Amino acid sequence: MSANTTPSVSHGTKIESALVVDKLTKRFGDRTAFSELSFEVGYGEVFGFLGPNGAGKTTTVRALGTLIAPTSGSATVAGISLSPKNGVAIRQRIAIMPESPGLYLRLTVSENLEFFAGLYGVHRPAARIKDALEAVNLVDRASDLCGGLSKGLRQRVGLARTLLSDPAIMFLDEPTSGLDPVAALEVCNLIIGLRQKGVTIFLTTHRLDEAEKLCDRVAIMNQSLRTVGRPDELREQLFQRALVVKTLAPLRDPDQFFAHLSTVESWRSELPGSYVLSVSDPKVAAPEVARGLVNAGADVLSIAEAQHSLEDVYLELINDDAGTGTT
Amino acid sequence: MKSLDAPRVRAVVRKELLEFRRKRTIVVTMVVLPIFFLVEPIVSIFVAAPQGSSAALDHFVILPLLYMLLIPVITPSTLAAFTVVGEREQGTLEPLLTTPLTSQELILGKAAAIMLPTLALSYSIYALFLGAVRLFAHPAMASAVFHNGAVLLALFLFAPLVAGWAIVVGMAVSVRASEVRVAQQLGTLASLPIVGVVFLMALNVIHPTFKVALIFAVVILAIDVRALRIVSRMFDRERLVTGTRATKS
Repeated sequence: MSANTTPSVSHGTKIESALVVDKLTKRFGDRTAFSELSFEVGYGEVFGFLGPNGAGKTTTVRALGTLIAPTSGSATVAGISLSPKNGVAIRQRIAIMPESPGLYLRLTVSENLEFFAGLYGVHRPAARIKDALEAVNLVDRASDLCGGLSKGLRQRVGLARTLLSDPAIMFLDEPTSGLDPVAALEVCNLIIGLRQKGVTIFLTTHRLDEAEKLCDRVAIMNQSLRTVGRPDELREQLFQRALVVKTLAPLRDPDQFFAHLSTVESWRSELPGSYVLSVSDPKVAAPEVARGLVNAGADVLSIAEAQHSLEDVYLELINDDAGTGTT
Repeated sequence: MKSLDAPRVRAVVRKELLEFRRKRTIVVTMVVLPIFFLVEPIVSIFVAAPQGSSAALDHFVILPLLYMLLIPVITPSTLAAFTVVGEREQGTLEPLLTTPLTSQELILGKAAAIMLPTLALSYSIYALFLGAVRLFAHPAMASAVFHNGAVLLALFLFAPLVAGWAIVVGMAVSVRASEVRVAQQLGTLASLPIVGVVFLMALNVIHPTFKVALIFAVVILAIDVRALRIVSRMFDRERLVTGTRATKS
């Protein structure tokens, strides 16, 4: 199944991005769901949309999917301007899998897919349904009633449903939520498969390991956008680079020892014999630190660059919000 | 009403009919409910001994026959009440709203899917009842029933009109209701105007003539079309998904 990756033309301008969001805001009365969101998603990109519960992720997907009207701001979805009159056209070019797949439990897997194929006006629906079921490894369960499927299998049927119309953008809202680790891994592998086929995916999640594994870029939001970028870029932006040094026994006078190393800017000890050194360039600093430790007679166990996960980035930003009172 | 995409409406109709077939409670309710509305006509025409002149008998059978008009009113109310709030309760409404399906197409598809079994059931019951009258009723009573050709014709012609009314009212309730049970209880209120008309005929306040039937048919048709549009407009995606009415900036 090939993704619809053709850029569209809107108002005479060639749109290179699958999704362009500009200062999009949604309020429900006095409550702000999200505010002034601005970002772009390229065709073929897997874009992670991260945030804590209540951050506005699902509401953003609903707004971009024309289910709810934004209060202000603008967006272009699959080359079409987001407005009520373009609702059908936008929904024809995208596919959304809500957190709960919402299948008709008294219908079989095939019957569910046939219904949605009919709604999207899919040509040769039988072949498309077969392709979609093959993509999610469910061909042998096509005749099963959805009510008899496990939660993980239902998520896979939900994914198959989003594949039917060959959408320009797939919005997957917490696709692994509530799944056991094996089922979650299966869904992740399916998304990796879609990514390899060039499908544009907008993935909302609060599973950071999943986002790190699947996404080309991520946005972290908490009502407003906190940051957007590649996970490695975000790590560099937020965290000073560091070396983690482990010795067999604690250094006698670490203050004096590290003060003599020109490449070490500061240091802290997390455990006895374990030191985190702030450095500007780990490749330059590591040999100097190793030489110094050997000359000082220390038994070195390891010297490695400190690895910050996306979780560290996320917690740094979200805790920042908590500190400043933003929720 | 905006332009409708017939294949999308057909897809909704097919899916709904498939779901009805798989829900045993729906099938049982649809078949059992009309039986209650056959009691009065059966008692009047089969049990009661024919009394009076043939003109008096002709008049006597009108009311039991019109009473059967309640079958196409009561039968669809349960299904209509389920249409939107039922989808919402089972978590299928949001995925449905993410498709290109318009509100009008969804409403029309669901209405058509309820209308089909309602008419099939109503007409089958009418046909069985009239067949039984022809075969088993007292000849004088059978003659009186078939002498009222205009009333019988009205019975068949009014069935889709009053069913349409019940469906539209049921769906209007379903769009606004927070749960299926409330919607089903309120949906049965759709039968009240029809019961009222039959009651007024029983009291001879309204005389069932061809002219009266024609006026009623036109009025009900106009109300059905208008009400269908109103229900489509009541279908607020944002409120259905979030529980909050859409606000403008």
